[in-house]
Amino acid sequence: MNKPDAPRLLVATETALERWQREFKEGVVDEREMTNVSGIPIRPLYTGADRVASGGDERLGLPGQPDYTRGIYATMHRGRTWTQRQLVGLGTPADYNQRLLGLLERGATAVSLIPCNSVYRGYDMDSVEPELLGTCGVVVNNADHMERCLEGVDVGRVSCAMNDPSPFTLLAFMLVAAERRGIDWNKITGTSNQSDYLSHYVANHMFYRLSLPGARRVLMDHIAYCRQFVPRWNPMSVVGQHMQQAGATPAEAMAFTLSSAVQYAEDCIARGMDPDEFLPRFTFFFDISLSFFEEIAKFRAGRRIWARIARERLGAKDEKAWRFKFHAQTSGVDLTRQQPLNNIARVTAQAMAGIFGGLQSLHTDSYDEVFQVPSEAAARIAVATQNILREEAHLTDVIDPLGGSFYVESLTDQMEEKIAALMKTIDDAGGMYKAVEAGLVQRMIGASAMRFQRRVDSGEQVVVGVNKYRADDDAESRPPVERPDAAAMQRHLDDFRTAKAARSNAAVAEALDDLTRAAKSDDRNVFGAVVDGARAGLTNEEICTRLRRDLGFGQPLVIV
Amino acid sequence: MNDDDFRPRVLVTKIGLDGHDRGSRIVAAACRDAGMEVIYTPPWQSIPAVVKLALEEDVDVVGISSLATDHLIVPKLVAALRDAGLGNVRVVVGGIVPDNEEKLLLDAGVREVFHPGSTMDDITGRMREYAREARRAEASADAGGPA
Repeated sequence: MNKPDAPRLLVATETALERWQREFKEGVVDEREMTNVSGIPIRPLYTGADRVASGGDERLGLPGQPDYTRGIYATMHRGRTWTQRQLVGLGTPADYNQRLLGLLERGATAVSLIPCNSVYRGYDMDSVEPELLGTCGVVVNNADHMERCLEGVDVGRVSCAMNDPSPFTLLAFMLVAAERRGIDWNKITGTSNQSDYLSHYVANHMFYRLSLPGARRVLMDHIAYCRQFVPRWNPMSVVGQHMQQAGATPAEAMAFTLSSAVQYAEDCIARGMDPDEFLPRFTFFFDISLSFFEEIAKFRAGRRIWARIARERLGAKDEKAWRFKFHAQTSGVDLTRQQPLNNIARVTAQAMAGIFGGLQSLHTDSYDEVFQVPSEAAARIAVATQNILREEAHLTDVIDPLGGSFYVESLTDQMEEKIAALMKTIDDAGGMYKAVEAGLVQRMIGASAMRFQRRVDSGEQVVVGVNKYRADDDAESRPPVERPDAAAMQRHLDDFRTAKAARSNAAVAEALDDLTRAAKSDDRNVFGAVVDGARAGLTNEEICTRLRRDLGFGQPLVIV
Repeated sequence: MNDDDFRPRVLVTKIGLDGHDRGSRIVAAACRDAGMEVIYTPPWQSIPAVVKLALEEDVDVVGISSLATDHLIVPKLVAALRDAGLGNVRVVVGGIVPDNEEKLLLDAGVREVFHPGSTMDDITGRMREYAREARRAEASADAGGPA
């Protein structure tokens, strides 16, 4: 292009823009000023001027190149697509095993284990209301139960995600089960999905909690132990999902998650670990809401910020340590009980946002998740949705297909700014640990949840079938929910009682005392003692109760 | 008693194992903003703890928020309230409750189940109505009439 042409082109663009402004003003129907959920103003049109203002192509770079706006790998979804990891867990270990083997037969390459809420809360099945057993996850109380869950599953080959809060009893049970079957721990791959104890304090979900200092200690021990003995395991998953489900805006969820990751990384460094060694094993887990472009921008911005933090703030030199690897789940909050089949469309749009955002692993919700743990039929549709998007709609043929979009790039920049400002608030409060201890993050999220509710109640945020386009109640599309078979659960309970009684009291007492000795000594690894306890036949509740006594219990804060 | 004088006393809580408290926090705040006396607790309350609180705080309505199947033990709570002489206290449930189990709850004496999609105005309006109902039943029982 010769030089004199360039200015003329600019003038022409400006005129065209003026014409558009006039025509838009004349024709516009909806003149409201719009903002996205994170509070960023949204204009009706973005142009090249927005791209120039935000640094243009140079800032963007290419896939696989820092700061990874366009993706953490050169190949992205043209290489390995994403892992389809559906959450599974219901009933007894035998029920779970049957469901798991079915999934593996149909081609799943990664499994997950969701325990019963009683397990999350640190109780065994003989000390909770029987009505609640196995209704939301599988009842696993000891290594024998885990062995039954994973019967016929090649644990050395299939990646296993454990929904396993501190003190990581499920991983301990799995390691013992693998050991009994002669499987080398060096071969075991997967993720401790609930290692982010700070997120459990921010969002009161269903997790048992040690006191904050106790949880901090156990997490560091867990990471150190896994790095040494289960080297292919990802011990740290930093979770934004709980916070966004609890009401955080997309920008808040990303900011608080990155601030948590900084906290954990700095704790590891303080313990003498090398960021180039442990950061490549950090993964992230996010919610994908229906705010389509906002979610895409959230992921692109988060990726960029993390690369910079890993390099500049945490001092990692290896590019592998800068990569922001994440699993994402479509948001259940957006799903509706009314006209539930509409949820399939919602999940599709959410999944698309995650895919365009460059995810590494995806769980698509089943349309019936708004009233039950997914039925098998609904779960099949959720998996098919992923296959359709990838193989029929060709969403993955081009890497970062929205890269360079005037709107997406401008929004990515603005989300980045917003996220950075929120992270500054956390830094000013002394970091995420202190901010959570003081209830600061909980209050911010509570206020956002209230704001969102008001948007829905006022009709500003449309929810089809709920506050607009309402139809007669279509109860027939909500089939009756079946709970786990009570007789099978009773047998599971009876067997558990018998097995517990058959143990040597002296051996149990010794294993518990060893847990105490580990908890009281700075030289011992508490998670190592949990694994030893699991090997000696300790139950989930026994381990949790003892550590709660020795390391303190995490009471919830009351914030309305 | 006109509307300005009437201050419903409501307990908003969660029983059982799950702690997803976005719903209970929002409903508690909405009830407060609607002029009610709100007694709010963190999640994971036991049934005896809720009965004790309902008694001590002299509440008109107990609101149980449930996301992950904890509604299955609400019939036990209703029975425990009745056993403690709090049969006039109205119990409402909000959250994820399948249709077939909603019927079980209503049969057990739950006054209403609020599903996702209910507006805060819906919920606070009904809570106020049930509080008034509870207060009248209590007054009539005190006067020796039928509960």
